[in-house]
Amino acid sequence: MTPRQRLCLFAVAIAGLVACYLWAFSGLPGFGRYPGPYGNVILKNAITQTNSTGVVSTINFEYRGFDTVGEEFILFASAAGMSVVLRRLRGEHDTSPFDEAANRQLPRTSGPLRIVTLLLAGPLVLLGWWLATHAQANPSGGFQGGVVIATGIMAVYLSGEFLAFRRLRPAAVLDAAEAIGAGGFVLTGIAAVAQDLPFLYNFIPLGTVPGAVSSGGTIALISFCVGIEVAAAFVLIIGELLDQTLLRSTGSSTGGSTGRGTGKAGR
Amino acid sequence: MIPNALMDTLQVTALVLVAAGATVVVLTRDRIRLVLVLSVYGMLLAILFFVFQAPDVTLSELTVGAVALPLILLLAIAKVRKRPEQ
Repeated sequence: MTPRQRLCLFAVAIAGLVACYLWAFSGLPGFGRYPGPYGNVILKNAITQTNSTGVVSTINFEYRGFDTVGEEFILFASAAGMSVVLRRLRGEHDTSPFDEAANRQLPRTSGPLRIVTLLLAGPLVLLGWWLATHAQANPSGGFQGGVVIATGIMAVYLSGEFLAFRRLRPAAVLDAAEAIGAGGFVLTGIAAVAQDLPFLYNFIPLGTVPGAVSSGGTIALISFCVGIEVAAAFVLIIGELLDQTLLRSTGSSTGGSTGRGTGKAGR
Repeated sequence: MIPNALMDTLQVTALVLVAAGATVVVLTRDRIRLVLVLSVYGMLLAILFFVFQAPDVTLSELTVGAVALPLILLLAIAKVRKRPEQ
């Protein structure tokens, strides 16, 4: 096929695509118009049904809680898979020089970066905690909260405190937190079943004041579990990757003096 | 309440910024720089979602798109990068 023929073919294809696209576009509902019934039904009933004003969380952890369980275990499975795969690679380290990253001279962490990241670490963890525990009252939720908590812990690493970072992520605690988080979600569902209610039925008293932290029943509990699980999973995943990188930049190789070497990962 | 005209302006601005950001992401070739551009693009997307009144999605996009994803990408790049010729 000559370039010219290919260009003709492309012209025909793109013309057809544009035509179909415009045709499909012209049939869309107007901007900001919502034609389906579900959104309106939920908007009308969500707050009166659950006393939770974080309606997005109400949908995630209540109306479609079962789907969220599945999504939760996607992250759980990837973190577990990641530790399994990377753990084997770590054992192979000494015999597989192909896997080496650049043996760079690690620059010392600059003063401003250290100060900013160390100042941020605490507030970030607090913010994440707040997000994870206020899903029933605000636009937030366990997932976002968990990632923010993990970010706070990452800030400690960014500040150059590799050793402190390592202490912040003891594998046993992280594994346990991940299991407790993921398991807590499912156990909340099973606790409802144990009382002859449907799986994940909101069996905890809903409170009386819409939007109060104590309102919303299981929504708060589930969000908290998700937060713990996500934070642990993210720290685990990032930590596994970091371990590999750190091993290479501080261990075995030649003169790359790092000043604050962490030695071999002891795990 | 924010007047409608202002809201429209904000929404159009956000859309244009996201389109521009996406173009920059595609045109960036250097991998490390790409990750940083991607992070900024995640931030733009977060602003877009916020302007379109979706604070929950904003939070997710902010944490995942602007922070977690670039971080994991950087680490992955560090992991697969070849040792420089010596």
